[in-house]
Amino acid sequence: MGIIARGGAQPARMGRRQFVQGVAGGTLLLGAGSLFGRTGNPPSQATPGPAPLSGTQFDLSIGELAVNYTGVARVATAVNGQVPAPLLRWREGDVVTLRVTNRLAVHSSIHWHGMIVPADMDGVPGLSFPGIPPGATFVYRFPVNQHGTYWYHSHSRFQEQTGLYGPLVIEPRGGERARCERDYTVILSDWSDSDPEHVYATLKRQSDYFNFHQRTVADLHADIARQGAAAAGANWALWARMRMDPTDLLDVSGSVYTYLMNGSTPGANWTALFGRGERVRLRFINGSSMSFFDVRIPGLTMTVVAADGQDVEPVSVDEFRIGTAEVYDVIVAPADDRAYTIFAQAMDRSGYARGTLAPQPGMQAGLPPLDARPLLSAADMGMAMDMAMSGRPEMPEMPEMPGMPGMSHDTAPVPGPQHARVHYGPGVDMVAANPQRRLHDPGVGLRDNGRRVLTYGDLHTLGGAIDAREPQRDIELHLTGHMQRYLWSFNGRKFSDSEPLRFRFGERLRIVLVNDSMMTHPIHLHGMWSEIEDAQDEFQLRKHTVTVQPGQRLSYRVTADALGRWAYHCHLLYHMEAGMFREVVVAPEAGAGEP
Amino acid sequence: MTPRGAAKLAPRRHAASCHAGWLAMLTVIVLPLGASAAADEDPGSGAAAHVAPAAPASAMPEMPYAQMASIMDMDDAARYGRIIVDQWEWRDDAARRGSGVWDVEGWYGGDYDKLWARTEGDWPSGTGAQGRAELLWDRIVTRWWSLQAGARYDFGAGPGKGWAALGVQGLAPGWINVEATVYAGEAGSVAGRLKAETDLRFTQRLILQPELEFNAYSRADRAREQGAGLSEVDAGLRLRYEIRRELAPYLGVAWRQRSGASAQLLRAAGAVPDELQWLIGVRFWF
Repeated sequence: MGIIARGGAQPARMGRRQFVQGVAGGTLLLGAGSLFGRTGNPPSQATPGPAPLSGTQFDLSIGELAVNYTGVARVATAVNGQVPAPLLRWREGDVVTLRVTNRLAVHSSIHWHGMIVPADMDGVPGLSFPGIPPGATFVYRFPVNQHGTYWYHSHSRFQEQTGLYGPLVIEPRGGERARCERDYTVILSDWSDSDPEHVYATLKRQSDYFNFHQRTVADLHADIARQGAAAAGANWALWARMRMDPTDLLDVSGSVYTYLMNGSTPGANWTALFGRGERVRLRFINGSSMSFFDVRIPGLTMTVVAADGQDVEPVSVDEFRIGTAEVYDVIVAPADDRAYTIFAQAMDRSGYARGTLAPQPGMQAGLPPLDARPLLSAADMGMAMDMAMSGRPEMPEMPEMPGMPGMSHDTAPVPGPQHARVHYGPGVDMVAANPQRRLHDPGVGLRDNGRRVLTYGDLHTLGGAIDAREPQRDIELHLTGHMQRYLWSFNGRKFSDSEPLRFRFGERLRIVLVNDSMMTHPIHLHGMWSEIEDAQDEFQLRKHTVTVQPGQRLSYRVTADALGRWAYHCHLLYHMEAGMFREVVVAPEAGAGEP
Repeated sequence: MTPRGAAKLAPRRHAASCHAGWLAMLTVIVLPLGASAAADEDPGSGAAAHVAPAAPASAMPEMPYAQMASIMDMDDAARYGRIIVDQWEWRDDAARRGSGVWDVEGWYGGDYDKLWARTEGDWPSGTGAQGRAELLWDRIVTRWWSLQAGARYDFGAGPGKGWAALGVQGLAPGWINVEATVYAGEAGSVAGRLKAETDLRFTQRLILQPELEFNAYSRADRAREQGAGLSEVDAGLRLRYEIRRELAPYLGVAWRQRSGASAQLLRAAGAVPDELQWLIGVRFWF
């Protein structure tokens, strides 16, 4: 396992390129949707896509690929000449072998996101292995002891942003629980014609560069007209004191991103076919680098059957928010013989990815308008309402606010210490004084929008926790950062300033996350499951990526049964790069390392 | 805020609609859970199916950050830089005495420490340029403020003059950029400079930038027409249009007041101590 073979393969810079056109009307080679229903229907797709790779032996070749999504020729990072990377289909119980050859001029890697694998198979350079040098082949081999929808991506630099991401589906040993006639993976992503190195450097130079929804004099005027001068002035003063921007929802926006669905631009309109009366399983994967999407299919109710590959009690919704690296499987049953639009708008409403469910190729349905641009509220900033009115946002260690009568468990103050003694140095621009669990809060821009929107509170993993023990200790971590300086951290410490978190091998522990920043962060622990607790601190939901909203405080249980060194980080790629990353070491007899 | 109406389909209903054996499977999975409460120490007993991964066959050793950052190709301590030409403009007043004016700032460094440089000055038509340049070490010390220390050099009219500089730079409430610096010069002379500016957005690209700058000197400098005291007040209003964030032409007005001794020096030289100027320029950065 894990042998690196050198020689033979030369880094092919231009020679092996294929050309992929992503614009409407061009040649369509994209679309990784698959069909493997158990009813024996022949695969059929309106958008022809490469066949999925299945079995136990895989040869994957990482290389460059010429692409054109916007009318501008660019070079993407591809696997086997495909962006997104090919769909891999495994079977629970198999041992898979993946020979990954790097034909780039730089090091590369593949991480199997959500897979429980030995530490040396996890694909994180510096922690799992040294990475795959140019021209070398690394052999991944591990048993597959889980099922569901996952994905894989590069863990090297910005290769994920430039195309190295692909879907991964593992068939359950006992067959699919929710049987359906059609089955497609839908991987969402964000493509930038700008070099990601330049995008990241730009954020370091001017962090609001990509936000073209900032508040204007006209907005203030409208607020005065609507709320009166006093209220509008107080609100303005609140933000002015904080030196924050209520329109700051995503760091990188549709001003530079083209949002893709299975590698197709909105114009190219990736299409999945269905027959009347069929049940269609859509496995949504957020394979983007920096984007949250709000997904809906106007005219259809979606029944969520799995979250992050884990089967859940089915729950029917009109819309769900999918954070970067999260996965939701939904089932839809289109009753009419017509097309339906799969609409995935970016959280900041700066753009959308789009595809179509249709009975015939070439059909399409109307496009809904983008929703109104949301503004962050005082609650998003972790403030109690009365505090927002009195405008004392910066008080770092406010005592708990008394709960108002009639509050649900969700919004009642969380017992216990609100803040660890953490290093709130100059690298932290705010502190949530009154963080709440808010599991039933769908998040900014989705509240009271007239649709049934999925929340974490709606999701209950079937079968219970993987470990019945009570947590033996708590580790509290604050998600911190400084937007204007564009640095991100846990507990005010960037990766470079931090020590590894040390878990004792075999222990059951609780991680408490408090989001002290104004951004929504998808937090991913490698190698071990994150089992989110409900308002009574009981197991509720097993995930590999946990989205934490601004001003939110939630907890999850972790069983440290995976020996080795692991990555733990925000899955927003540039947040990880800017310091929101920790090493986790699982070892026997390790000291109880506090953050 | 909560769509409690996010209706959960009962498993039974789902089973009926999608898979007949589904409910039975659920029951099988849920049943052992009830028995799991007693299992305190054994994670496997009674819990959901989960197989812990094997120990790694070849472990990467723990290593210093620099080595890890290099292998990961991920370094949150990497250095970046920016040069902002905030003002690059031509000014004209009622007496048609034109001059070029610049205000340029640049930095290079990491999140905590940066090398900071700035220069501003003017170049009246028919004469030489005069202005100042500063080179500072910038260290962030609080959430919104950094401490700056370094040197300043005045050039142009008269012999060059060096100063030691110490100040703060940061973002005041209301998104106001502030630079406040004191300077110690030759023979015990002291100077102070305070500059504040902000951006008011009319649209996402049309932005008004008000700016205010004060300069004070403990000692007069005849060659530079600087009197002692709060001798220079400069106010500006620039309306720019950001074609790109990095490139914005602008129009504006500037008001210059030279008071006290500075005004007397100017009058003696036949000039006006305060004047309103029209200006046109371009702001750019990279």
